[in-house]
Amino acid sequence: MSNEIAAPLLSVERLTMRFGGLAAIDDLSLDVPPGKITGVIGPNGAGKTTFFNCLTGFYKPTVGSVRLNHPERGVLRLEELPSHQVAHTAQVVRTFQNIRLFPKMTVLENLIVAQHNVLQKASQFSLAGILGLPSYRRAEAQAVDKAVDWLTRLGLIDKADTAAGDLPYGTQRRIEIARALCVDPLLLCLDEPAAGLNPRESGELNELLLRLVADEGLTILLIEHDMSVVMNVSDHICVLNYGRKIAEGTPRQMQNDPNVIKAYLGEEDADELLYGERVGVKA
Amino acid sequence: MSALVFANDAPTAAERFRDASGVALIALLLGIPMIGLTTADQGGSLQVLTRWPLLAAFIAASFCGRLAVRYLLDALKQRRQTHDRQTCAAAAKEARHSGRMLEWVGWLAFGLALVLPIVFSDNRYVVDTATTVLIYVMLGWGLNVVVGLAGLLDLGHVAFYAVGAYAYALLSTQFGWGFWAALPVAGLIAGVFGLALGWPSLRLRGDYLAIVTLGFGEIIRVVLINWTDFSGGPNGISSIPRPTFFGLPFVPSSDNPTFATYFELEFSPMHRIIFLYYVILALSLLTNVLVKRLRKLPIGRAWEAVREDEIACKALGMNVTNAKLSAFALGAMLGGVAGVFFAARQGFISPESFTFNESAIILAIVVLGGMGSQLGVVLASVVLVLLPELGRDFAEYRMLLFGAAMILIMVWRPGGILSHREPTLRLSPGGGRRE
Repeated sequence: MSNEIAAPLLSVERLTMRFGGLAAIDDLSLDVPPGKITGVIGPNGAGKTTFFNCLTGFYKPTVGSVRLNHPERGVLRLEELPSHQVAHTAQVVRTFQNIRLFPKMTVLENLIVAQHNVLQKASQFSLAGILGLPSYRRAEAQAVDKAVDWLTRLGLIDKADTAAGDLPYGTQRRIEIARALCVDPLLLCLDEPAAGLNPRESGELNELLLRLVADEGLTILLIEHDMSVVMNVSDHICVLNYGRKIAEGTPRQMQNDPNVIKAYLGEEDADELLYGERVGVKA
Repeated sequence: MSALVFANDAPTAAERFRDASGVALIALLLGIPMIGLTTADQGGSLQVLTRWPLLAAFIAASFCGRLAVRYLLDALKQRRQTHDRQTCAAAAKEARHSGRMLEWVGWLAFGLALVLPIVFSDNRYVVDTATTVLIYVMLGWGLNVVVGLAGLLDLGHVAFYAVGAYAYALLSTQFGWGFWAALPVAGLIAGVFGLALGWPSLRLRGDYLAIVTLGFGEIIRVVLINWTDFSGGPNGISSIPRPTFFGLPFVPSSDNPTFATYFELEFSPMHRIIFLYYVILALSLLTNVLVKRLRKLPIGRAWEAVREDEIACKALGMNVTNAKLSAFALGAMLGGVAGVFFAARQGFISPESFTFNESAIILAIVVLGGMGSQLGVVLASVVLVLLPELGRDFAEYRMLLFGAAMILIMVWRPGGILSHREPTLRLSPGGGRRE
């Protein structure tokens, strides 16, 4: 948000994640500047979700480091934290490619569960909660207020008391983002938030993401296939293929990068052409 | 959408006719060799005779029968669909009302439970059976925290029941502890056992956890059988002191004041039976209030969230291990308290009482009642305890009947008797909060 070039919020250095002989992520280095939207794109199987899993503690990377410059807690090594600490201490919160809501709980409850750590502390081993002490009641009211605030801003307030699993897909996506926002993230990692959304909905998503960055000063790391979203909102894009970073730059640069075009559209290399001629089909 | 579904519902007369004709044709093909032709012994040689009129009657019967069956089936289907449509429309409304209605049913059950021993004050069998039901209600409520709320499949809940029972039996017979002093301590001991089992095993999921808990239940039982010096082995522990009424024992005569002399009543063995009933009623109500209250707290919501999606919980910064451990320990503690009551009521315990069968029944109570539903546990306990009792007349067919009833419940209500889930908090239309 500032004019000077700020130190990166997140810096990934030489990250490698191997599953047996397969390197799902191969020597990846990336800086995520604060207050910006960084897009991560790449063909299916390029290692994007694996990358997120390494960032958020679900996988322990084989080699490399992930450093977060926390404004209050200093530099945190995310790859050493258990997954719940990544969200709780480092305030790096993610959503999932296949939506992971608590389907039988209401939308409001979903957002209250996201504030578990704050409330659990206020309930003091549930004692203050069981006795219904004012300190706990206040904390709960605040949590509800925060949830209501996000629900209103994301246009979900009239769904608050509906079971999350009963709502349409696009709405569930928004709920998942609202729930992640209730954790007070510094860095929000969105794994294909536009998957399954219709053009109008992904347009709304664009607006939402831009607003979050502008109003909240949030930093967003975005995995996305929908180019109308990535190209329109990202300040910076990193392209992965076979676990390697093949290009990095502004959306416009990426659209014209030969490596990126090759990765997405395939390349007509010499072998393939020869093979095509021999069997008599056009490659 | 319903218009599409219902478009092809009512077949036309021509369709019905065609359908029945098809059946008649099959009847004809099958009927020629089976009915139309027959053999008869005539003058020592085998002759083939024909029975065309009979065949014609058979075909006509098939034709008419098919028309009738088809018509009946269609009518039934139509009725069910209309019913479904109405249910759909009413479902939303119903959901709002059912919560309130269940609350009324709960209060009604509570009222019945309160007056039951007064109405049946001279019927020992009824009060005894009701006490057994309440023990299962309490065990069910304890296990409901683990299975229903936190979604951890625990097949060895009886182990904690046994730990509680033996803790009281040993504390009272060896160290002279009273019932009321031993009750919380034995509960805590069971809770510690829950933590000890939970710590290593709760990182397992689903089936694996079920097998570990199953094994734990058996280990406790086998240890109790074989460690004779400690637990009395298969002989169990006898002459466990009965609970007293704030220090007043329920005995016919004694130098010290007894319950009967203190209140200037004539001694009756029913006093103790009724007192025990009210003790377990109070204990289970306390359990109910505690669990209901916890469900609306962060820890309770965390249990349900873990049941719904563990990975999402981690991504939101929740310490899933703590949530699971607390559910497990609380369930174990409540099971332990029920065990203390069981030991005090029976006056004698042995490993026989803590077989896998018990675990299965407690689990069945939770599942049949509707996972997570407190009132469902009560209904399922009543059904599962009363059915074998009522079935005593059927002698060895009793368990068969029991099994059939369980299957019926599963078919009739796959989500359990009560599968309604009441949200832990709601937003009122004005935007304010309402509990």
